Amino acid sequence: MSDQVGTITWISGPVVRARGSRNVGMLELVEVGTERLVGEVIGLKGDQMTVQVYEETAGMQTGAPVYGTGLPLSVELGPGLIQSIYDGVQRPLPLIEAAMGSFINRGARFDPISREKKWKFSPRVKVGDEVKGGAILGAVMETDTLEHRIMLNPDDSGTVTWVAAAGEYTVTDAIAKVKVGKEEKSVSMLQRWPVRRARPFTNRRGANIPLITGQRILDTFFPVAKGGAAGIPGPFGSGKTVTQHSIAKWADAEVIVYIGCGERGNEMTEVLQEFPHLVDPRTGRPLMERTVLIANTSNMPVAAREASIYTGITIAEYYRDMGYHVALMADSTSRWAEALREVSGRLEEMPAEEGYPAYLAGRLAEFYERAGYVDNLNGTQGSVSIVGAVSPPGGDFSEPVTQHTKRFIRCFWALDKSLASARHFPAINWLDSYSEYIDDVAAWWREKVGKDWLTMRNRAMELLSEESRLSQIVKLVGPDALPYTERMVLETTRLIREGILQQNATEAVDAYSSVEKQIRLLELVLYFHERGMAIIKRGAPINLIHDLPVVDTIIRAKSTVTNEEMHKFDDIQKQIDEQMGQLDAEYRS
Amino acid sequence: MSEVTVQGGQEVVGVGRIEGPILVVEGAVNVSYDEVVEIQDSRGQIRRGRVLEVGEGFAVIQAFAGSTGLSIDGTRVRFLGNTLHIPVTEEMLGRIFDGLGNPIDGGPEPLTDHYADVNGQPINPTARIYPRDYIQTGISTIDGVNTLLRGQKLPLFSGAGMPHDQLAAQIVRQATLGKVAGAPQTEGEEFAIVFAAMGVKNDVADYFRRSFTESGALTRVAMFLNLADDPPVERIVTPRAALTLAEYLAYEREMHVLVVLTDMTNYGEALRQISNVRGEVPSRKGYPGYLYSDLASMYERTGRIRTSKGSITQIPILTMPNDDITHPMPDLTGYITEGQIVLGRELNFAGIYPPVAVLPSLSRLMKDGIGKNRTRDDHPRWGAQLYAAYAKTQDVRALASVIGEEELSEVDQKYLKFGRAFEREFVNQSFTENRTIERTLEIGWKLLSMLPKKELTRVTLDEIAQYYKGDDASN
Repeated sequence: MSDQVGTITWISGPVVRARGSRNVGMLELVEVGTERLVGEVIGLKGDQMTVQVYEETAGMQTGAPVYGTGLPLSVELGPGLIQSIYDGVQRPLPLIEAAMGSFINRGARFDPISREKKWKFSPRVKVGDEVKGGAILGAVMETDTLEHRIMLNPDDSGTVTWVAAAGEYTVTDAIAKVKVGKEEKSVSMLQRWPVRRARPFTNRRGANIPLITGQRILDTFFPVAKGGAAGIPGPFGSGKTVTQHSIAKWADAEVIVYIGCGERGNEMTEVLQEFPHLVDPRTGRPLMERTVLIANTSNMPVAAREASIYTGITIAEYYRDMGYHVALMADSTSRWAEALREVSGRLEEMPAEEGYPAYLAGRLAEFYERAGYVDNLNGTQGSVSIVGAVSPPGGDFSEPVTQHTKRFIRCFWALDKSLASARHFPAINWLDSYSEYIDDVAAWWREKVGKDWLTMRNRAMELLSEESRLSQIVKLVGPDALPYTERMVLETTRLIREGILQQNATEAVDAYSSVEKQIRLLELVLYFHERGMAIIKRGAPINLIHDLPVVDTIIRAKSTVTNEEMHKFDDIQKQIDEQMGQLDAEYRS
Repeated sequence: MSEVTVQGGQEVVGVGRIEGPILVVEGAVNVSYDEVVEIQDSRGQIRRGRVLEVGEGFAVIQAFAGSTGLSIDGTRVRFLGNTLHIPVTEEMLGRIFDGLGNPIDGGPEPLTDHYADVNGQPINPTARIYPRDYIQTGISTIDGVNTLLRGQKLPLFSGAGMPHDQLAAQIVRQATLGKVAGAPQTEGEEFAIVFAAMGVKNDVADYFRRSFTESGALTRVAMFLNLADDPPVERIVTPRAALTLAEYLAYEREMHVLVVLTDMTNYGEALRQISNVRGEVPSRKGYPGYLYSDLASMYERTGRIRTSKGSITQIPILTMPNDDITHPMPDLTGYITEGQIVLGRELNFAGIYPPVAVLPSLSRLMKDGIGKNRTRDDHPRWGAQLYAAYAKTQDVRALASVIGEEELSEVDQKYLKFGRAFEREFVNQSFTENRTIERTLEIGWKLLSMLPKKELTRVTLDEIAQYYKGDDASN
């Protein structure tokens, strides 16, 4: 299957040139050198091909062979993906460790999906059925709670001529035969899909159901919709990764694809060691049982980092096609863009901004457009939501990756260094962030939670922007110069900041807030504000409000009241009524 | 360093072009990418280099010692057929080497047949152990609010004229495996220090050597010195050689290795120089686009793996040009390392040692190494509270500078007092003071007790009841 198609003529880092056949395809997968390292053809000129190699090229010589495979860079899709951890080109890291020890050597070749493991298959079609691309032929239980639907390759359609009986099969065993045109195709549970080609669907639907993450600043203030795309830019140390981990842990998606793209090894290890012990609040199963990890850390080959994003999104689309909601985290898209820049630089392409290639924006758009809430070919509905971290140099949001990303996302969670310095986490700046999904998801809140979320949320935002204006004045003249009504606003926004926006990802009670808890907290704070304001307007001094014991109770409610103890909020409301009632009575006369 | 394991390869006489430290050699065949070469000048002197790029019939070579004295026709280049390897053995502890790993202390070549590639290989993320054991450094600003763990990479961001060398030396001298507050001190484990100097002055290297001698650690230290007047290009290899030895000691000899790299800014400049000469497309401030990957290939060599009890902990030191934390070197370092200790000039002027600017400093792994059964249950919230209170102090100071201290509210005045005491009693400690974690926690609570209870929203009410010592009697 792999014949020699060329001979190496030039090597510089991950980029290699070879001369030979004119029949090699663009983006074809090739094997380079005597060690047969995996590479991809990224340029063709006459009989000369340019290849990016996904492994370290040290020691490679000119004159060494290049072998063609005739196939584009693809991923294997089938049962067994969940709970896997792969590198950027879908090599299973645990198998590499078992074979090579603690360090990653070159030339490792392993099947991404186990050929030995047997799955309990139950058919969903019968002989004679007409099936179209994407049709569900059968299913296996991939974990205790996740049904993996075996689908016909989206490019095929025809008549079922044979279906395997229910029973145990490996991923390569035939489970059906489909007559496609005149040819009878044998179908197994395994399929391959080129990573750079989006998997097809019937049509896009509007994104109007929020992806609930349990993070108050996200769900309550800047929601992302299922099938939407969000960006988290922030300087180092501002909490991008912690936020990404929190979303990966708590988002109400059925499948999570987490791409560690050019980031720290210890972070991937943390996920690997933590997720099997964390319980998914919805299924009661370990979080790992819904997670696929792609780990191409910063010290792993740079070209594979470029591929890791595509590997991840293709796996996400595959589960979407089964009718699932998938959330994909990419940490960090800036490292991916830098991989593009590095390869582009080696090709001596004309740089655009800051050395990035001119096609940076196009590549980012292609990636984010693979998010969506869609009608699948097989009639099911599914979604892929993308949350991409961005690491702007020096925390400067005007750099190209942040700016281009902003064009293709509709939800922007801006991390702020000064909030992080004050240990206000998540350090998402509420004045710089935005979500264009707010109006789209308001109906969901009304129907599912039964509260007027939109009005409350906007009221809180109004108070927060009022605070920002007032704090400018306070900086100049001190808080004592403000009238009591304005200082009441500052009292309330302190409650919003410390009692709602701040959330401790490492404390059991606080790490995940149900939507009911979120909205109730907000409601309480706003109620406190209205009652307090009424008393202030009757002439009560602000320090009486400030000193009320209930203030402390509200700030601590996020970590003292669990998601199951919603009745405790009624007690807090009673405390507000009692304490405010007393003041009210004093100043009414 | 020895004549590595290489049999003599092909030799080419004469080079096509010399530009800075870069040589283009024509007429070489079957050259390997990243291969080591020996370059002989017309007087027979030998220097080393390595292959940066190979093409048909030519190879681009970087000479570690620069190209001074090389001529077009009088230069011979011998290709050694292998990437750069150095010998690694336990006997290298107590010794001093140059930036390429050759002994310069007058002693013999290290005797071993164990050679390792200086580039190393990436650790498989599945093979790592997540760091959880904290290192007690005896410095409150580190142990208390930016805890260092075994297997962590935590750089010191400093500036010219600030005492980063003293602080690094103090960390090295005082570092012991942390323990639960109140537990007795345990026996020390096997540890080693690998020190790499890139482009620093001889005084600095000498300072560290004296400091290691005084603490009696010198026999456990291997020093790799590329000083300010040594060839800049050699600096590309120095930290890698040091880390190669560290990996051997940690993962094959099961030692706990602390690696100090100073000064990474000089390393970055050497990399930029080579990139410029090669005519590569620059990204920010002339640094090459691959600076991030290049730095990561060194910083990521920190950690712990499952097959060894040992660990590598890295403390790289960077002087920020013009104290600018957004400069590419500290910036990209901060994106790779697990936090940073930032030294502040204002504190330094005020005579505070160590002048750790607490607010921009961070230890990302701290949360996993402190708290119940590690240090003390209240530690995480205590730390967050100190941070929050000190951050608030900064706002109050800004306000005070406008309206005057007398106009501040009573609570704000308390914050001002807290801030001053925090800097003088918590941050400030002497170069020889080795504080226990209990002592650090105690000082912190003493300071927090200067504030009204109502301000302490990050700690729990139980913790306030137990540790609060102030005169605020409210509940």
